[in-house]
Amino acid sequence: MGAPQLLVHDKKDTVGVVVVEDLKAGTNMTCVITADNSAFRLKSRMDVPIGHKIALTDIKKGDTVWKYGQDIGKAVDDIKKGEHVHVHNLKTKRW
Amino acid sequence: MAKRSNGRSRKSNMGFSGWRRENDRVGVRNHVVILPLDDLSNAACEAVANNIKGTLAIPHAYGRLQFGEDLETFFRTLIGTGANPNVAACVVIGIEDGWTKRVVDGIKKTGKPVTGFGIEGSGDLMTIAKASRVAKDYVQWASELSKEDCDISELWVSTKCGESDTTTGLASCPTVGSMYDKLIPKGIYGVFGETSEITGAEHIAKARAIDEKVGAKWFKVWKAYQDDVIEAHKTDDLSESQPTKGNIAGGLTTIEEKALGNLEKIGRKCRYIDVLAPAEAPAKGAGLYYMDTSSAAAECVTLMAAAGYVVHTFPTGQGNIIGNPIVPVIKISGNPRTVRTMSEHIDVDVSGILRRDMTIPEAGDALIEMVLRTANGRLTAAEALGHREYSLTKLYRSA
Repeated sequence: MGAPQLLVHDKKDTVGVVVVEDLKAGTNMTCVITADNSAFRLKSRMDVPIGHKIALTDIKKGDTVWKYGQDIGKAVDDIKKGEHVHVHNLKTKRW
Repeated sequence: MAKRSNGRSRKSNMGFSGWRRENDRVGVRNHVVILPLDDLSNAACEAVANNIKGTLAIPHAYGRLQFGEDLETFFRTLIGTGANPNVAACVVIGIEDGWTKRVVDGIKKTGKPVTGFGIEGSGDLMTIAKASRVAKDYVQWASELSKEDCDISELWVSTKCGESDTTTGLASCPTVGSMYDKLIPKGIYGVFGETSEITGAEHIAKARAIDEKVGAKWFKVWKAYQDDVIEAHKTDDLSESQPTKGNIAGGLTTIEEKALGNLEKIGRKCRYIDVLAPAEAPAKGAGLYYMDTSSAAAECVTLMAAAGYVVHTFPTGQGNIIGNPIVPVIKISGNPRTVRTMSEHIDVDVSGILRRDMTIPEAGDALIEMVLRTANGRLTAAEALGHREYSLTKLYRSA
């Protein structure tokens, strides 16, 4: 297995982090869950910068988004599997 | 592990050579500091440091008309800076004698040489002349102090991250966590802080206390910040401050996500044994401590240095460039773009973690090696580049 394009902290997570530069839409990404080193494949739907998140599953508006196995906020728009997840579609529940 | 650079024997391969001070604490730098009591005295301190080569002035913005807890925090920080074992001797210059003496007396408790000068009644020029003579004696005396072999347990290592992104939570913060998981059991003192930035992971931070009493003490500090600062002063939310613009550019979206990455710095095993006020020295023996600090890099590192920590480990994603006048700040980054575009600022490259060709325990070992090399005298990137950020924490407006 080559270097992964996407890293996921925990099995429960619904987003992963792009860890390569210049990731293009349509890439059949190698994804690794760091908690247990298991791997899977996922196709990116967009160009996504390094460090930014991609949805691992379809996420509905209002759904909790999970990372580190923890609640990191709620989707404020429908997000499709493989799409970019950031400030345009994810917000803290706190403020 | 650390290579022996000077042929001396050490207690273990986890050793370093440092300066043992009068109070038995060990420093890894040998500064003679010219410390202003207040903003008005910066000019005289800088003149003395210009006269006497090898001394270091630490100008700052405050020290007038502060009162209450804000004043106490100020004195703890100033006295702690002079008392830090990385400082061999200290000259204090203030506008008047009273508060100058308070700082001198505080530093004097360590047993190190310290002399104060008040400017009122003498003027800058006479003060600079008198202080320069003392500073010259100090720096020549300090230059002959020799280092001795010390076990790693004599190191006090602090941490705070900055310009975080998602790679800090994946790579550089867990690297610091691995270091603490390995070194805290060896008897070092550690400290983490950043009260505002733990918001979103407060349930996890509270649970990492050694017992319920310390966890409750931590929660009280965290809650006070929420109520007294955020709720009192927020406009709509903390967006663009927490997370920052830089965090967001790096892919961090919410305060929860940022907080969870931040807390990776305390590893998997360690538990904090006490909660410190800003700049308060730890007093419960070796172990990991929490300090109530701002999440702004220079303020936080200044407070930790004032508590007596002698080496700082600083994970960064997007490339925070901070240094400190008296404490070497080691930068760790796992972001391959930052490591490439800002290489002169990075001491430890852990981007291999993202490629899965470096494990987190291996990265922890690489950091420990760099901590020991730094303790032995290697200049950090921040030191070589002249970063000496010294920022006092201000709790409220002066009188």
